[in-house]
Amino acid sequence: MARAADGFYLRAAPAERRPPPAARAGAIGWLRANLFSSPGNVALTLVCAIFIAWTAAHVLRFFVLDAVWSGADREACLASPANPEPGACWAFVRVWLSYFVYGFYPIGARWRVDLFFLALAFGIAWLAWLAAPRRDIGAFYFFIVLPILSFFLLSGAPLIGLSAVPTSLWGGILVTIVVATVGIVASLPLGIVLAFGRRSDIAVVKFFSVTFIEFVRGVPMITVLFMASVMLPLFVPERFTPDKLLRALIGVALFASAYMAEVVRGGLAAVPRGQYEAAQALGLPYWRMTALVILPQALRVTLPNIVNTFIGLFKDTTLVFVVGIFDFLRTIEAARVDPHWATPVTSVTGYAFAAVFYFLCCYAMSRYARGVETRLARAHRR
Amino acid sequence: MRAAWKRAWRARIGVESTVMENPRNEPQAAAPHAGPAVEVIGLHKWYGDFHALRDINLTVARGERIVICGPSGGGKSTVLRCINRLEDWQQGRIVVDGIELTDDPKHIVAVRRDVGMVFQHFNLFPHLTVLENCTLAPIWVRRMSKKDAEELAMRYLARVKIPEQAEKYPARLSGGQQQRVAIARALCMSPTIMLFDEPTSALDPEMVKEVLDTMVELANDGITMLVVSHEMGFARQVADRVILMDEGQIVEINAPKAFFDSPQHERTRLFLRQVLR
Repeated sequence: MARAADGFYLRAAPAERRPPPAARAGAIGWLRANLFSSPGNVALTLVCAIFIAWTAAHVLRFFVLDAVWSGADREACLASPANPEPGACWAFVRVWLSYFVYGFYPIGARWRVDLFFLALAFGIAWLAWLAAPRRDIGAFYFFIVLPILSFFLLSGAPLIGLSAVPTSLWGGILVTIVVATVGIVASLPLGIVLAFGRRSDIAVVKFFSVTFIEFVRGVPMITVLFMASVMLPLFVPERFTPDKLLRALIGVALFASAYMAEVVRGGLAAVPRGQYEAAQALGLPYWRMTALVILPQALRVTLPNIVNTFIGLFKDTTLVFVVGIFDFLRTIEAARVDPHWATPVTSVTGYAFAAVFYFLCCYAMSRYARGVETRLARAHRR
Repeated sequence: MRAAWKRAWRARIGVESTVMENPRNEPQAAAPHAGPAVEVIGLHKWYGDFHALRDINLTVARGERIVICGPSGGGKSTVLRCINRLEDWQQGRIVVDGIELTDDPKHIVAVRRDVGMVFQHFNLFPHLTVLENCTLAPIWVRRMSKKDAEELAMRYLARVKIPEQAEKYPARLSGGQQQRVAIARALCMSPTIMLFDEPTSALDPEMVKEVLDTMVELANDGITMLVVSHEMGFARQVADRVILMDEGQIVEINAPKAFFDSPQHERTRLFLRQVLR
């Protein structure tokens, strides 16, 4: 193409279309571009590599190479000529594992807990797998069948031969999972209701919602748990006094829903006014508009924050120990002071085990949310 | 099963043919109201202390096509948005299709079912496909079956000439295509009145024509139309009456020929000089 000297131009033939220039491909290209692009970058890479290698070596030595995998009591995990600097005492976790999972749940009835875990995992998988068949039945199963089934499985139904197990005997991962699941499942709808309450035109509804949200957010979780545990019995007749675990569940659900309400409110505020107007102009009544047009968009933009709240809630379940409930972390606390296993590494091992459990659960939630986000975003990209 | 039963029933009571021609598919709204389509009587509206609409009086006959123009901030859109009660007002009355718009949500919903609206910024629902955008209201407001609603939507999408985009999400369409989807979405509710609020103002110049062509076609079908627009060519071609609004008042209502060739009001002459140049 010739450039005209006078600044005017007339294209004679279309400019040819070409593929983009090939990027520097391969692992080496990537390393060059990302890790070794400049002297400063090279130095930073080296420092980080040394630090990672040093940490990883220690972790590997302590938790794997020098770790004690089996044994009957503390002797196995103490320093010995064969293992002068013993690592993590996994033997301790193995021996106590059933306590970590079931608490004091009667040994003969523990198959019921296993069945509950299975039923829950099945329900979660059904709902979480977006392409699963009949997800409506899945939702029905998860939100209606599963709670009823779990209730009778776990607390017992003497009529059909399942012995009653008082919640004071529940413990460990069982309690953590129950509290977290109930909290997560209850907090989202409650939070949505509160968020709409806060935006409501009806003064009483608005006042109540704002008061609730601000009050619950303004006090520590432990306070809410204490209040649910101590004050709730004051408001209801003695014979209706809810079970201790139930009180904690209510506390956790209320606490989480206040946070959820603020998260959802942020999402609702992000939906443009034109969306409301278009829905109204089509004649959709308020609740239809909300359910079909506004909420789906609001929840989509807040998905990362919702999962963030879920993760926070999952970890906050450890606080139920303050009202005397034996959640997973509390069972580890109780076990690590067992004189039969008193060694310098017992506590570290117990906490490491807890850390791995919480990390796996939270990371799974986080990854899943990322997946859903990308999936939803794909539909909306140009 | 149920749809088949319904069809059989309709065939028996003899409404099948009307269902095919008139997609409204709803017996109670079958007989159109005989009086004017829209009556605006002594309308006043204030935003705080600002007197946004001053004494608006307008009667729109059935099948009439009205174009409202005027400088921005003149109250054109506000009047339009009052007609389906997206805006509230403080004084005056509006009667649409014989239904007086009051605070009663039943009246409001009844009017909105009969009045379609197309917005400047399309306002398509981004989380739904084009087809779902069109079937949403027929299914949830008109209570149509999904299958009937989809058939209806495809017919209107074909009419606005984008049936092949039905499965796409709105973000993947051009502005002109989005606006045509918005028109199809409104038409799926089988409105008797269509409101257009600056439907071409947000479009790239090359896309204005495709939307205007769609609107001209609609106008030829005899639907009642109120259009806020600066497209003077469109006004001249389709309008029965052209209205100039300024500072919240109606300045002049005239037949398009008279409006453009011999405007009566000084403000109209000034406006046309600015617009037409």
